[in-house]
Order: sequence, then structure tokens, then C-alpha cells
Amino acid sequence: MTPLTLCLLLSCGLFSVGLAAALTRGNAILVLLGVELMLNAANLNFIAFWRFSGGPASTGVVFVLFSLAVAAAEAAVGLALVIAVYRHQQSIRLQDAVRLKG
Amino acid sequence: MILALLLITLLILASAAVAMVLRNLIHSALLLVLSWCGIAAFYLWAGAEFVAFAQILVYVGAISMVVLFAVLLTRPARDAELSVPAVTVLRVAAGLMAAGMVASILGLAVLTTRFSGAATRAPQLTVKDLGALLAGPHAAALLVTGVILTVALLGAVLIAAPAPAPRPEDHS
Repeated sequence: MTPLTLCLLLSCGLFSVGLAAALTRGNAILVLLGVELMLNAANLNFIAFWRFSGGPASTGVVFVLFSLAVAAAEAAVGLALVIAVYRHQQSIRLQDAVRLKG
Repeated sequence: MILALLLITLLILASAAVAMVLRNLIHSALLLVLSWCGIAAFYLWAGAEFVAFAQILVYVGAISMVVLFAVLLTRPARDAELSVPAVTVLRVAAGLMAAGMVASILGLAVLTTRFSGAATRAPQLTVKDLGALLAGPHAAALLVTGVILTVALLGAVLIAAPAPAPRPEDHS
């Protein structure tokens, strides 16, 4: 097994862990963290292909930097939404959040 | 080299999986910090040092703090349980099955694909090159990212801020 295959399998496993967390957990914060894990898995792929492509292109690294910035913005907005939902419903279970305005 | 990669893989996957199974939210967040550190170690292993330290700054430094504050702010009472209520068995089974199918499809696709020309040497990319790239060909994208970050953080503050108390003259 080449290192590239192992890297891709690692990111595949990380993506699946994040997907399982986002689908099965009922807590909004854990769902958000699952989405973060999936984003990280995508970043791992970019770096792996950059490392093993052998070419001079460095688009992978630049893309990961932008992706990190967007992930930070997404986490900030997502957790602010969680706090706003908690203020309305006194709970962050996703099953309880069934109203748009409360 | 492959041994180090195996160790990093084990660290990332084990801490992420345990974090997603644990019932205590604080423990989950702390284990995820360990997983993000493992990802930074992977970037270091791959030779992308700048990205590795950016990952540590953004995830281990900033996002983990935001997550911990969110966990503590959304606790019903000071001494309330931090545990997460259980969801139905059916939902857990369906979610795990979906994730398992995605994992097997992706894994099979990776294992059956032949990648040509695996480089044995890491490509050289210094911080100076990266800075030239960000200030030159990718300058527009950098500016847009800055605008996105500013707008997102302003929006986050607006959403999370408590509603202003009604002024007395509004009622009269």
C-alpha cells in the first residue's frame, strides 16, 4: 500500500466518522463538530494530493489555507446560531428546534 | 515514514471516533482538540509546515475555545448534567449504516484506483513562495476571504447578542 492510498483512506475514515456523528447525534454542537471533521477530511485530501503529485503546483496548500479561514467563519456563525436557538428553546436538542421564530 | 503515518492515522481516527461516542460534551471537545492536533501532525509529516501551524492556531486555538464557550453557555443550570440525551436506536442504526456505506464506497474507490507517479520527495514550498502566491495570483481570493471573515464574525455577534431591552417610550 502506497502512502498516498493510506492518506486517502485516513481522510475517508475521518469523513465517515464526521458523517456518522452529524447523522446520529441529537446535540447541535456535536453535529457542528461532525461537519468540522468532514471539512478537515477534505483538507487532508488536498494536502495528500499536493504532497504526492510531484508537480510544482501548490494550489493544494493555498486552497487549504482559504478553507481553514472559511471553516473558522463557519464555526463562529454556527455556534452563534446554537446560542441563539438555546436562548429561544432552552435546549440545543435538534429535535426540539422545530420552529423558525420562537 | 510509513510507521509515523500509521501512528498519526491511529491518533486522528481513534480520538475522533471516541469523541463522537462519548456522552460528556466537554470530554468530546477536548478529544476533538487531540484529533485536530493529529491533523496538524499529518500536515507536518507531509511537509506543509505553514498549514500545520495555521491549523493549530485556527482549530486548536480558536475553534476549540469557541466550542467550549458554547458548551458552557448552553448548559441549563450551573450544576446540570453535561451529558447528551440519547437518541432513538433506529436513528443511530440508520446513521451508522449510511456512514458505513459511504466509507465502504469511498474506501473501495481509493483501493481500486491506480495513482500514477507517487513522488518520493516532498515538493518544496517555502513561506516566501506562499506569500508571493497569496499576494500575487490569489490576491483577489484573499481579499474575498477577509470580507467573508469580517461579515461572518459581525453576523455571529449580532445573532448571539441578547435582544435589547424594550425602551420605556416604546410602550407609551
